[in-house]
Amino acid sequence: MAIVAPPEAGPTAARQPPSAAAQPGAAGRSWARRLGGYAVTPALLALAAAALYAYVSSHALDNVERRSLNSEYIATRAVQHVELTLAVTALVILIAVPAGILLTRPLTRRVAPLLVGIANIGQAVPSIGVLVLFALVIGIGPGIAIAAFVIYAILPVLRNTMVGLQQVQPSVIEAGRGMGMSKNRVLAQLELPLAVPVVLAGVRTALVISVGTVALATFVNAGGLGDIINNGITTNRAVVTVTGSVLTAILALLVDWVAGIAEDLLKPRGL
Amino acid sequence: MAENSPATIPVRGPTMIRLEQLEKRYPGQDRFAVAELNMEVPEGEIVVLVGPSGCGKTTTLKMINRIIEPSGGRIFLEGEDVTAANPDRLRRRIGYVIQQVGLFPHMTVAANIATVPKMLGWDRARIASRVEELLELVGLEPARYRDRYPKELSGGQQQRAGVARALGADPPVMLMDEPFGAVDPIQRQRLQDEFLRLQREIKKTIVLVTHDIDEAIKMGDRIAILREESRIAQYATPTEILANPANEFVEEFIGAGSAVKRLTLTRVANVPIGSWPTIDATADDHQLLEVFRGTEKDFVLQLDQQHRPTGWLTRQTAYHRNLPRQPLAIVSTVTPQATLLDALNAMLRTNSTCAVVVDQSNTYRGTLDFDSIHLLVQRDVRKERFSEEGAAPAGEQKPVAESRDDA
Repeated sequence: MAIVAPPEAGPTAARQPPSAAAQPGAAGRSWARRLGGYAVTPALLALAAAALYAYVSSHALDNVERRSLNSEYIATRAVQHVELTLAVTALVILIAVPAGILLTRPLTRRVAPLLVGIANIGQAVPSIGVLVLFALVIGIGPGIAIAAFVIYAILPVLRNTMVGLQQVQPSVIEAGRGMGMSKNRVLAQLELPLAVPVVLAGVRTALVISVGTVALATFVNAGGLGDIINNGITTNRAVVTVTGSVLTAILALLVDWVAGIAEDLLKPRGL
Repeated sequence: MAENSPATIPVRGPTMIRLEQLEKRYPGQDRFAVAELNMEVPEGEIVVLVGPSGCGKTTTLKMINRIIEPSGGRIFLEGEDVTAANPDRLRRRIGYVIQQVGLFPHMTVAANIATVPKMLGWDRARIASRVEELLELVGLEPARYRDRYPKELSGGQQQRAGVARALGADPPVMLMDEPFGAVDPIQRQRLQDEFLRLQREIKKTIVLVTHDIDEAIKMGDRIAILREESRIAQYATPTEILANPANEFVEEFIGAGSAVKRLTLTRVANVPIGSWPTIDATADDHQLLEVFRGTEKDFVLQLDQQHRPTGWLTRQTAYHRNLPRQPLAIVSTVTPQATLLDALNAMLRTNSTCAVVVDQSNTYRGTLDFDSIHLLVQRDVRKERFSEEGAAPAGEQKPVAESRDDA
C-alpha cells in the first residue's frame, strides 16, 4: 500500500493512459473470474451436503437416531447456531473495534500491550474451560455461552483493528491534519476507512472461530448444532455424530464464504 | 545575530507571514531545533528555506501551520497573531503540500481536492466547479482524472493532484515540504517549470523547503539559507546570494561552480533564441535538398503539421534519395520556462549541441545552441572578473577551457 508511487511507475503510467476501450474489457474479465471464484465454494459445499444426505439415507435409522436426524430438529439447531454466532460476532465487533481505536490513540498507546496481552490470554485459554468456568460460577443458558465465546473471539478483531489503524500511511494523516481536519475527522474519514480491509479480515476470522466454538454451547444448554453432535456421542450413534460434525463444518465454510464476499464488497474502492 | 534581525531583511510587498523570535525545543534535548527565528515572508513570493539536513528547516515550516507547536515566539499571518488561534481553522487558510503527497487513497481525485472546501461548507455546485478549475490549472484533464483514484495516477500526476488539493479553498499561503522530492529528475524539472508557470497565475505566498540549493535558486524569489538550529545564514534573492555570499557557511553551501549555477537564474525565455533550418514532414525530396543547399548545418529539424518537432534529418538522407527518410527521433526539447541549466542538461542527455525550444503545446519556437549558452556564461564570468580584480587574460581563459571539458 505504498502511497508514493515508485518513480519508475510514473513515466510508464503516464505513457500508457488506460484507454477507455481497454478498461471495460479487462474489468469484465476480472469480474467474471471473481464470480467464478465465488461459485466454487458453494458448489463444493452443496456436493458435501449431498454426500452427507446420501450417507444418512443409506442407513436404516432407528428411533434414537430419528429423534436427532429429522429436518425440523436440524433446522432449529442450525438457526440457533447461526444466531449464536452472529450474536457473538456482533458483540465482539462492538467491543473490539472501539477498544482497538482507543488503544491506538496517543494517550492510551502505552497500555495497549497490556490489554492485547489480556486478549491473548482470552484466546489461549481453551474455550470449553472458559465456558464451564462461567457455567459453574454464573449458571447456564445462551447468555453465558455468548459471553464465553466473545472472550475467545475478541483477539483477532482487536488486533486487526489496531494493525489496520497503525498501517495507515503517516503521510496521509499528516496531509489530513495539515489541511485542517480535526483528529476525529481524520479518524472517521481517513483512518477508519483505510483500516476497513484489515478489520474485516479480523471479523471474518472471528466469525469462523465462533462457528466452531458455538458448537460447544450445547454443554451449557444453549442449543446449536453441538446438540446433534452431543446426542450422537451420548447415545453412541456414529451417524448422528457425523451429521452434526459435517453440518458444523459446512456452516463454518459457508460463513467464511459469505464473509469473504462481504469483505470484497465493503472494502473501500481505490485501495 | 545581526542577520537574524528583521530590520536587515529587504521586504518588497506587504508582509504575509511574520515569524517573531520563533523557537522550538523538544523536551529532554538541550539544543534548540529552531532558535529565535525572525523572518518575514512578503506577499506573493516564493521563499525557499534551504539548508543541510537536520538544520530545522522542516520544523520551521511545520510551525507556520502549527503541525509542530512552537515552544516560544509568535507567528503572524496577514498581520494577525495566529500563535494561539484554533489550529484546524488556521490550517484551512494555508495550503500544505508534502513530499509523499499523502493523497487519500480511498477517495477520488475530485474528493481529495474537495476536502477543504467541504469542511468550509461550500455548496456542491461551487465545489464541483472549483475542482474542475483546479484540475485544469494543474494540467490534469478534469473529465479524465476527476474520478480516478490516486493509485491510478503516476507519481507526477499525484504530485499535481496534491498541489490542486492544497489550493482547494484558494488559501493565500502555501507551505511546501520538499514538494518535488519524490519524483525522478526529469519529472522534477517538468513539475518545477509547471509550478513556476502556475505561480505566475495564482501569485500565492509560498514557503518551500528543500535541501537542494539548485532547486532553491531556481524556485525562490528569496532564499533563506539556514544553518543548525534554523539560524539564518543569509536571507536574500538568489542573485544576491550567488554574487555576494554573506559568509563562509553560505559559500560552502552554494558549493563550487557558481557560474554554472547562475545558469539556473536565467530562463530560456529571457535569452535570444536562434533559428534552425526546418522542414515539413510532408515535404518531398527536392524541397529537402533545397533546404540543405541553403544551410551549412548537417541536420535539419523536421516538423509535423502542427509545427511540432518530430526528429532530425541528416544531410545524407537528402543526398541519397534511395535511402528511406528516417528522422532521428531524439529531440531534446525545453520550454521557455526552463532554465539555461535545464537546457544544457537536455543537450548533454541527448548528446546534441542544440536544444529545441517548444511552447506548452509542443509547438516549435526556435533553438538554443550550446555556443550561445557558452557565450552567456563567459560574459557573466568576465563581468565578475572585471568587477573584482580587473581583467586577467589568463584567468579569463580558464573557465572557458573548463566548460569545454564539461561538454
